[in-house]
Amino acid sequence: MKLWATNEVRAKSKFWYFLRKLKKVKKSHGQILAINEIFEKKPTTIKNYGIWVRYQSRTGYHNMYKEYRDTTLNGAVEQMYDEMASRHRVRAPCIQIIKTATVHSKLCKRENTKQFHDSTIKFPLTHHKIRPPTRKLKTTYKASRPNTFV
Amino acid sequence: MVNYGPSYGKLVVIVDVIDQNRALVDSPDMVRGAMNFKRLSLTDLKIDIPRMPKKKQLSEAIESADIYKKWANSSWGRKLIVQKKRASLNDFDRFKVMVARVKRGSLIKRELAKLRKEKA
Repeated sequence: MKLWATNEVRAKSKFWYFLRKLKKVKKSHGQILAINEIFEKKPTTIKNYGIWVRYQSRTGYHNMYKEYRDTTLNGAVEQMYDEMASRHRVRAPCIQIIKTATVHSKLCKRENTKQFHDSTIKFPLTHHKIRPPTRKLKTTYKASRPNTFV
Repeated sequence: MVNYGPSYGKLVVIVDVIDQNRALVDSPDMVRGAMNFKRLSLTDLKIDIPRMPKKKQLSEAIESADIYKKWANSSWGRKLIVQKKRASLNDFDRFKVMVARVKRGSLIKRELAKLRKEKA
């Protein structure tokens, strides 16, 4: 079973949570044989991840399919949790990841990910805020207004 | 160039764009990784590479374009070198700098006094 947790203890707990939904077995009747961290095979390439989610909202359970562009699956899952929390106010315990997959660019469904499938991509960083290179050099007042033009 | 964080001042090549906020960034001495655009300042140095070059391709392209030399000779690059030097001075070095500045100031003042005398 593949699941995402911040540490091993949480992972084992989540394992039993999901297993109880599949089979009539509890932690006291079972034994976890192995728990292995899965590392990203190629963290230096960008992939499109599709994540199928089941989440509990204030009014019931819903399914969702979300796409993310990231270098690692864990990064994409983290993006998913952050996005669900911000867009739908769904906290992490109420989210179940049904399935994750790397999606080929041709099969991506969301415009948001498809807009980056351009080999000659070009976009300006509008409102470019320049910040001091260390926190120490931050000052409350500055002599001149910054130029944030692109 | 990286403008924030532990690798401040490092020159990295943007190899691909992940999404609106992040780029895949690479350099001959680091593992290819993601970096936020907020941490990057675009220089005007460009290399001719395809979108996701192999490490060797990238190193060769950097070599042939002589990026590090061009950077060290550019005004921005020189300013960074001076910044680094100033930050790494020890007390004796700072004393030497002080002596040199005083000497330079006295030379300037001497010339200025000469010009004033001529004027008067």
